[in-house]
Amino acid sequence: MAQDYAGQIHRCFRCGYCKFPNDYSSFNCPAYRRFRFDTYSTSGRLWLTYAWLKGEIDWSEHLAEILYTCTMCKNCTEHCPMKFAADIVDWIVGARSDMVEKGKIPPRVAHFFEAVYGYGNPYKLLRDDRAAWANGTKIYAPGDEYLLYVGCLGSYDENAQKMARSVVELLNTAGVSFGILGSDEECCGNEVYLLGEMGLFQTLAEKNIKKFRELGIKKIITICPHGYNVLKNRYPALGADFEIYHYTQLLNDLVQKKKIKPLRRNDKVTYHDPCFLGRYNNLYEEPRQVLQYIPGLTLVEMEKNRADSFCCGGGSGNFIMDLLAGGKESPARVRVREAYATGADTLAVACPSCLVMFTDAVKGEELDGKLAVKDIGQIVTESLSAKKD
Amino acid sequence: MSDILEALEKIVGKDWASNHQEERYFYGRDPGLMTPHEADYVVMPATTDEVQQIVKLANKEKVAIVPKGAGLALTGLVVPLKGGIVMDTKRMDRILEVNEKARYAVVEAGVTQGALRDYLNKHHPDLRHSVPEAPPITTIAANVVIHGQGRLTNQYGFNSDMVNGLEVVLPTGDICKIGSCSIGPYWFSKGAPLPDLSGLFLGWLGTTGVITKVGLKLYPKKKIKDLEILVTDKEDLVPDIIYKLTHTEMIEDLAIWAQERPLMFRGNYHINIFLTADSEGELEMKRKMVYDSVQEYVDSKDAGFMTINLDMRRDFMDNPQKSMTAFADVRRGGGFEYAGPIIPLELYPECARKVAELAIKHRVVYGGSGRVIHGGHCMMFSFAYTFNRADLDEMGRARAALHEAAEFVADKGGLLWKPNVDEQKIMMERMDPNTLKLMADVKKLLDPNGIMNPGNWEVR
Repeated sequence: MAQDYAGQIHRCFRCGYCKFPNDYSSFNCPAYRRFRFDTYSTSGRLWLTYAWLKGEIDWSEHLAEILYTCTMCKNCTEHCPMKFAADIVDWIVGARSDMVEKGKIPPRVAHFFEAVYGYGNPYKLLRDDRAAWANGTKIYAPGDEYLLYVGCLGSYDENAQKMARSVVELLNTAGVSFGILGSDEECCGNEVYLLGEMGLFQTLAEKNIKKFRELGIKKIITICPHGYNVLKNRYPALGADFEIYHYTQLLNDLVQKKKIKPLRRNDKVTYHDPCFLGRYNNLYEEPRQVLQYIPGLTLVEMEKNRADSFCCGGGSGNFIMDLLAGGKESPARVRVREAYATGADTLAVACPSCLVMFTDAVKGEELDGKLAVKDIGQIVTESLSAKKD
Repeated sequence: MSDILEALEKIVGKDWASNHQEERYFYGRDPGLMTPHEADYVVMPATTDEVQQIVKLANKEKVAIVPKGAGLALTGLVVPLKGGIVMDTKRMDRILEVNEKARYAVVEAGVTQGALRDYLNKHHPDLRHSVPEAPPITTIAANVVIHGQGRLTNQYGFNSDMVNGLEVVLPTGDICKIGSCSIGPYWFSKGAPLPDLSGLFLGWLGTTGVITKVGLKLYPKKKIKDLEILVTDKEDLVPDIIYKLTHTEMIEDLAIWAQERPLMFRGNYHINIFLTADSEGELEMKRKMVYDSVQEYVDSKDAGFMTINLDMRRDFMDNPQKSMTAFADVRRGGGFEYAGPIIPLELYPECARKVAELAIKHRVVYGGSGRVIHGGHCMMFSFAYTFNRADLDEMGRARAALHEAAEFVADKGGLLWKPNVDEQKIMMERMDPNTLKLMADVKKLLDPNGIMNPGNWEVR
C-alpha cells in the first residue's frame, strides 16, 4: 500500500497525456470523457487531493465523487510521461484510503463496503445463493487440479452467470480437473482494495488464502480479470503462492492442444481488452488467439485496442455503483459505438464487468439485434455445437 | 451568484456549468508559478451560440470571462485574476472542414493539437499542421492566440502566421468573421487583400474576444523525416551556425538546446536539425547541403555531429515531444516554467550565458532551449527553470530567476512571449507611449465593460 502518496502526489504537472490514447485521437480517460471538467481527469484528482491534504480545500461530497469516478483503468499510467507513472493508481488508492479512514466517502461506496462486509458480495445477495447458477457443477475437492474461482459477478449477475456456465462447460469438455467453492466462495476484494477499504480487503484476502490452503489448492482459474489481478498481484504480499490463470489463458492452451475443437462460425468479432487483463497484466494475445482458432471467424480490431483500450466504465466497483452514470457519453456506450463502427456483429469480452456494462449499453444505443455482446467462453461454447459449412 | 450559475446552466445544460469549490480551485491555477486566483464559475459551452449567450450574460452581470484551452501556457494566462467565469472550450471539438487543395482546416476552438494531428494522419496523410512541442491537449485556438510555435515554424513562421481566418465572439456578444470567410465560404486568407483584422485578436491573450473557430494553414507532409544534431561548446558560434544552416533553406525545424542534467550535456549547445523529404535522394541532397554549410566548424573542431542513440532519436522525432514534459519532474516536484522571449539570433550567446548564470544565482535547475523562427528572422529562447511544487522556497527562487530573465531580455530589446502579467508590465513600461495608447484604445473599443480576461494587457 502506498500510504506515502501524500509526499509524492504534488509531482503531477497536469500535462494531460493521461487523457489520451497513443494516437491522441480522442479522450481515453473514462471519467474525463464522461464529465469533461478537468477536475475529473487524473491530474484533477491528484491536484485536488493535494489541495485537500494541504487544507486548501475542504472535503466535500463532490470531491469524493471526483475521486471515486476513477475506474482505475490505468490509461493514465500507460500514457503519463513521468517516472512516477506506475505509482498513480497507488496514489489514488492511498487518497481513497484516507477518505475511508475519515468516514468521508460517497454513500454508494459505503453501501458497497457494507454489502461485501455483510454478505461477501456487493449485491447484498445471500451467500447461500452464490452457486445458484452452477447447475450441479462439482465442488472443489482435494486432488482436483484447479479451483475455478467464479467471483461475485459470475455468481450473481444473470448475464455473467452465462459466462460462468460457458467456462464450466468448456472445462468439462476438455476434461479439466476442477471444482468450485460454491456458497463458500467469498468476494476477492479487488474492488474493495481499489476503493481504499484496506481493513476489509485484508480480511477478505486472508480468509480466502486460508480457505485455499486448507483445501490444498495450488492452481486457480478466475473468470473475472479483476479477481485474476488481485489474486495474482495483491495476495502474494499476504503470503499467497498459488498459480493464477485467467480462463482465457487456459482456454487458449486447451484449444491449441485440440482438447477443445471449435467448429466453423462466420461471425465478425471485435475484442475489447479489459483493463485488468490488458494494462494491468499485459495479457493481450491469449484471448485473441482463442478467437482466431475458431474457423471462419473474422477478428477485427477497434481503433483503440490493447494498451489503448477504452475502459467500459465498470472498474473500481462502478459496474454496480455507477458513479459515472448513464447517458450517451457514458464510457460503455462510447465503447459500444466504437465496436459497432468496426462492422462487427459481435463484441467479444473476457470480463463479466465488461459484459454487464456493454449489454446495457447496447440497449441504450438501440443496437439490439445488430451487435451481440458475448464473452469468449460463450463464443467458443456456441462454436462447439455450430454446424459445419 | 447562484443566479449566474442558473443562467449558465440554462445556456449550456446542467452538466456543463459548475461553481463547486473543486472546479473553482482547479481552474484557478495553472502548472506554472503565477499566484492562483479562484474562478467563480466554470462553464463548458459546445457551440458558438452558447458562447455568445455566455458573453451577453457576462456583460449584463459585469462578470469577467476567461477563455481557456488546456491552460498550459504556464504563465497564468487563464488564471482568472479578477474571478468570474472560466470558459473551458474543449467541448467545442469539431473539425469542421479540410480543404485539401487549398491546404487548410477549419476547426472549433476546443480542437486539440492531438486531435487534428490524428485526423490528418488518418484522413489526409499528405497534409500536416505545425504541431507544437506542448502536450497534445493544448488547443489550436489557444496556441494561435499566444503566437505559439511548432515543428514548421522555421519554414513558415509563428503558428499565428498560419491562421487563415477566425470566427470570434466579440466582448459585446456579436459574432464576427475575420478574413475570406467573412465574404464567402472559403477560409483561405485571414486578411490579405483586406485589412488584416486578425491582429485584433492574435496575441491579445483572450482580452478582446472569444475565438470560436480557426482556419489553419496545412502543409505538405513529407514521407521521410530525419534528424541530425550538431554540437558546439562555443555559444558565440551559434548565431553564425544558424545563419549558415538557414541559408540552405533545406531544414524543416531548427531547435537549440542546452541543459545541465544529465551532466554530460553541460556546457554544450545542441542544434537539432530536422530534415524531411519524399525520397532518399532528396534527403541525401538536403543532408549534404546541411553538412556542407557547417563544414568549416567541423573542420576547425568547433562543432561536430553527434551520434544519436535510438531512444534519443525516437524522443526528438516525436511530435509533440512527449519526453520534454518530463523536465517538470527533474526535481521530483512536478513544476517548470519558462520565460520564452522572442529575440534576434545575435542575442543567443548572451541569453545562453544568462540562463545558466541565473540558475546558479537562484539555485535552480535550468534548461535553455530555442527554436528558430521563419528561417532565422528571430528565435524563441526559453529560460526554463524546474521547481518542486512542494517547496515554496524553491518556487520563489524560480520565480525570481524568471523575473530577472524577463527584465534582462526586455532591456536587450527582446519580446516576451506569452507573457505573464509581470512580464506584460515589463514590456508595457518599455513600450512606445503611442503604441501603448493604441492598445488601450483598441481594448476599450472592443471591450467597453472590461469583461475579457481582465488583468491581462491592462494599460494603466
